[in-house]
Amino acid sequence: MYRDKYFFLLPGLVVLIAIIIFPLLFTIRVSFSSWDVFQPGLDYIGGRNFARVFEDTRFWESLLRLSVLSVSSVLLQYVIGFALALAVWREIRFRRFFRVLFLVPMMTTPVVMSVIWRTIFHESLGPANDILQAIGLGTVPWLSTGTAAFISVLIVEVWQWTPFMFLLLLAGLVSLPREPYLAAAIDGAGPIRTFLQVTFPLMAPITIGAIIIRLIEASKIMETVYVMTSGGPGTATETSSYYIYIRGLRDFQIGYSAALSLTYLVIMIVSLTIIAKVLARMLLPREG
Amino acid sequence: MRTFYLAIKYLALLLWSSFIVFPFLWALSTSFKDANAITSGATYIPWLQFKPSSQGWASLFSDGSTGINIVDPYINSAIVTISASVISIALGTLAAYGLSRFEFRAGFVKNSDITFFFISQRIMPPIVLAIPFFLMLKTLGLLDTVYGLILVYVALLLPIAVWVMIDFFGNIPRELDELAMIDGCRPIGAFFRVILPNSVPGLVVAGMFCLIFGWNDFFFAFTLTFTKVQLLPVAIVSLNSSVTPWWSLSAFALISVAPLVLIAFLVENFLSKGSLAGAIR
Repeated sequence: MYRDKYFFLLPGLVVLIAIIIFPLLFTIRVSFSSWDVFQPGLDYIGGRNFARVFEDTRFWESLLRLSVLSVSSVLLQYVIGFALALAVWREIRFRRFFRVLFLVPMMTTPVVMSVIWRTIFHESLGPANDILQAIGLGTVPWLSTGTAAFISVLIVEVWQWTPFMFLLLLAGLVSLPREPYLAAAIDGAGPIRTFLQVTFPLMAPITIGAIIIRLIEASKIMETVYVMTSGGPGTATETSSYYIYIRGLRDFQIGYSAALSLTYLVIMIVSLTIIAKVLARMLLPREG
Repeated sequence: MRTFYLAIKYLALLLWSSFIVFPFLWALSTSFKDANAITSGATYIPWLQFKPSSQGWASLFSDGSTGINIVDPYINSAIVTISASVISIALGTLAAYGLSRFEFRAGFVKNSDITFFFISQRIMPPIVLAIPFFLMLKTLGLLDTVYGLILVYVALLLPIAVWVMIDFFGNIPRELDELAMIDGCRPIGAFFRVILPNSVPGLVVAGMFCLIFGWNDFFFAFTLTFTKVQLLPVAIVSLNSSVTPWWSLSAFALISVAPLVLIAFLVENFLSKGSLAGAIR
């Protein structure tokens, strides 16, 4: 009778393994070959590709840039998303209107909105500089200098993904128990103390989950970059994914880009695990 | 003091709202401009600041004589997203139910490991899979077809479906299954007759997430299709790289993001009833 259980699990498991595992194994094999546009094929060159990764400063710089970009954008999303969620959590006027509006950006296609943002940041014809000038702040060379281009990508990421953080945190707030708030009210705690001593601790598990989910997604950033700056000016906004894309699908250095992507994957998994552990230690009460 | 607090709060909400709305309004206004209106600098209000023109919108529906074809990419995007979502939810729901109700064991692998395997696929950066997917589809003769894309999108969406549904089934009391089985149902029968009809909210949430991530993906559509099949995001980005009139670009962009914006209303509805709390964690 309990044979039935395999009917449930196996179809999904087999499909996922078939679609994911073979490509992954293939990538591992290819990373030990010199497959490129001149010599397509699976020869064996040992760890030479990985040695090259180790000396590739452009890759390590892109990784550093990616960490700064993803950590800063996720922190901004968390602070803004939490503030917004708190603001529309309890009864306020137009609550449902605000809630719907705050969710909208995550429903829109990132590359399509990036195309629009690119026109917004256009230096002579776009509204970003027009508005800055109107307030008297002067113009910013948005997409043609390194720092400004980096900030424009950051702005677009925050616009796009704060709603996701907002959604996760608001769903958490809505499900909180009422008793601790009653107790706090009886103790006569003000709004700030209630937040610090009741809301924030209760939200800690959700905070950790939300930050990790967003960091995972943010670590893959490349579409926004591709549309808005193509990694430029120079390599000022080049993220790891985008660099691997250039090596693999533009230069067709298949073997080398496989080695790059495996290195990137391992670094990603290790650092996300460490971050999750550190966050849990910081925010969750010690047990035992 | 209280009114001061409130004023600050509403001011902040208003500021953020305008930041969110701005790109849409800008695109809407741009979509009614012509070359003159664009090159004379940033303007916002039609009639007052520029003379509106409908050529941006007209160019999208002019039988491709202007070189812009919106209908085919739209249909392709809908076919790929909906098929992949349906397949992922079917497979994902079954797998999630199996994992939440039965014990599986293969050597040192337990239920939690299988669950983790499913969900952890979200960590995989698309670029890692892009090249093997490319070669795999090439071998199968599925490059530049909707079938190839559907296959790849299932891998992308299945983890999301499993993630949402495992949590959802965790909140459905086991007594419900047991009752059905006492009535003589085998587990498969209990699942289809009792559990599935009670899972509509979970299925809707899973469906929404699959639609969002499927419709909005660009990278795989971009690397795995070329000329025969084009999805919406790829169509727009390819417009972007040629010398494109901003008005057509804006109109195109607005039409392509419109259907999913409606999902925001649905999500808010679930949120207000509190039924998202179980589904998202």
